[in-house]
Amino acid sequence: MSKSSEEVGRSQTRPPVRVVLAKLGLDGHDRGLKVVARMLRDGGMEVIYLGLRQTTETIIDAVEQEDADVVGISMLNAGHLTLGPRMVEALVAAGLDVPVVIGGIVPDEDLSALVDAGVAGVLGPGASADEVVACVLAAADSRG
Amino acid sequence: MNEPRENHGFRTLSGVPVDVVYGDGPEPGEFPYTRGVHAEMYRSRLWTMRMFAGFGTATDTNARFRELLAAGGTGLSTAFDMPTLMGRDSDHDWALGEVGRAGVAVDTVEDMADLFAGIDLGAVSTSMTINGPAPILLAMYVVVAEEGGVDRERLSGTLQNDIFKEYQAQKEYIFPPRPSVRLVTDVIGFTAAEMPRWNPVSVSGYHIREAGSTAAQELAFTLANGFAYVEAAVAAGLAVDEFAPRLSFFFNSHLDFFEEVGKFRAARRIWARWMRDRYGATDERSMKLRFHTQTAGVSLTAPQPEVNIARVALQALAGVLGGTQSLHTDSFDEALALPSEDAARIALRTQQVIAHETGVTNVVDPLGGSAYVEWMTDEMERRAEEVFAHLEDLGNGSLLEGVYAGIENGWFVGEIADAAYRYEREVNAGERIVVGVNAFTEGDDPSKRRLLRIGQETEDLQLKRLAIVKQARNDVAVADTLARVADDAVEPSTNLMPALINAARARVTVGELVDILEAKFGTYVERVVV
Repeated sequence: MSKSSEEVGRSQTRPPVRVVLAKLGLDGHDRGLKVVARMLRDGGMEVIYLGLRQTTETIIDAVEQEDADVVGISMLNAGHLTLGPRMVEALVAAGLDVPVVIGGIVPDEDLSALVDAGVAGVLGPGASADEVVACVLAAADSRG
Repeated sequence: MNEPRENHGFRTLSGVPVDVVYGDGPEPGEFPYTRGVHAEMYRSRLWTMRMFAGFGTATDTNARFRELLAAGGTGLSTAFDMPTLMGRDSDHDWALGEVGRAGVAVDTVEDMADLFAGIDLGAVSTSMTINGPAPILLAMYVVVAEEGGVDRERLSGTLQNDIFKEYQAQKEYIFPPRPSVRLVTDVIGFTAAEMPRWNPVSVSGYHIREAGSTAAQELAFTLANGFAYVEAAVAAGLAVDEFAPRLSFFFNSHLDFFEEVGKFRAARRIWARWMRDRYGATDERSMKLRFHTQTAGVSLTAPQPEVNIARVALQALAGVLGGTQSLHTDSFDEALALPSEDAARIALRTQQVIAHETGVTNVVDPLGGSAYVEWMTDEMERRAEEVFAHLEDLGNGSLLEGVYAGIENGWFVGEIADAAYRYEREVNAGERIVVGVNAFTEGDDPSKRRLLRIGQETEDLQLKRLAIVKQARNDVAVADTLARVADDAVEPSTNLMPALINAARARVTVGELVDILEAKFGTYVERVVV
């Protein structure tokens, strides 16, 4: 946890990163997303946790209302190649420059397709708190 | 594979003859069944090697079922896709991208028929992992059997139908808790009367554990849920011994070997005592806790996935030494993708090695009498009793009301999330070693992986199948049978199963039935607890 404390220190020089976390689609496995929510909070970020059964529309509403910097979506149901790009496209269509991070079970060979589709980061099972915080910070920093 | 094993000789590899059981105290098969529900356990009958499978269309999964049976599997277990689990048809908006991905798509009885094509439903036992829409899928199974000439009383199998753990952990609920429990008790009542070989509920700790609970929480929440179903069924007018013998359980087998064995042994003892002393059961079968075990999917790692084969073998052994009645072993590639056929075969072979090569089946409860295992069993029981006391308090003396209250106020979800986060922090801080993840990380080779992929063509094919069924069916029969379901839904004392079976026969879809029920019962939205 020591490195994430440093991240907290660094993040004090600017407003905390605001992250919308959601389960997109029908998948109900929310253990990972809840752990990520706490990791990000411990890392000094503000988390808007939407929970289960969200759609691209409900996520975009939350991003707009909460002025979020990053969207984190989680899926463990092999739907990432469909749902990940759809989330990115929906944000672009709404005129929002907000990067998308995907968490869940994503095979390595799918990474390039997701990157090509504009996904800013992918976190697999076993990602450490440091990796989670660093990935979301990097995504936030990537905003044009 | 499950035939009596007396010809085996029951000798060690070196030829030493061994007795059926060692030690003092209540024997296996005797109350409170701590040492096992049968006197001879695996000497007379091995556990059922029940591999969970489901992907793509019904025809795809049917092929996997036949492969598993041909490879020596002795029971079937069906994984449905997310839209089916949530009671939505493949042509629903929510289903896009999810049809056939994480399980098999079933929209109508025609899909169910294809799923079990060429398999004798009177001879095989089938488990169906389905909860929110469970009565609908059971109705379809009954109709498939009926149309294939197999009477429902000959059907053997298990419907998961455990809605409490959905609110607590897995989150595949549809309706609010109380009407959902009415559906559970309708299935219990129906199978008690008409399907004597069917387990109407598999009270499941598996998902509670996967969501992050400790072993003691898994044990406690699961048994509390079991007691709550007993209270609900009694309140619905059934006598305990009419239905309790067919209640079954489903536990996780995780990595802390002796904690798991203690958990399984404690589960049997707690159930026996409560069923006899609190709920007045007199039939021994009502007191015998029978359970299925699955190895811990959450313990599998994406780096160095082959190491998962060792994890699964140790977890499976804990399940066997804990006295499980059936077992699913996870495939080593499950942290990467859906299980591939090769990985599923290795997982089944792992069970066969334990059953046929290790000799652990020769003696019943071989760990019984170990000071540590007996202490752990007592400790698991003590911790579970603390939870029961808390829930009884919440429910003013009723476990059923306590479970409802714990769901509605977010208690279960909060407890599980706390435990999950505690574990992650320990791994992160290096206090817990996970081989290949935070230690011993060299040697991972992603290039060797061959993963199962489900393409878009599955969804397209399933949409065509659904359209064909909808076109061919009799619309008047659809409307009539749906109207009866709606009428029966608002009459709590009417069992919904007969109306659902009629509707299944008329090729009404899962989604159409769920829509009608949702209109009457409402939709559950959970209180978010992070």
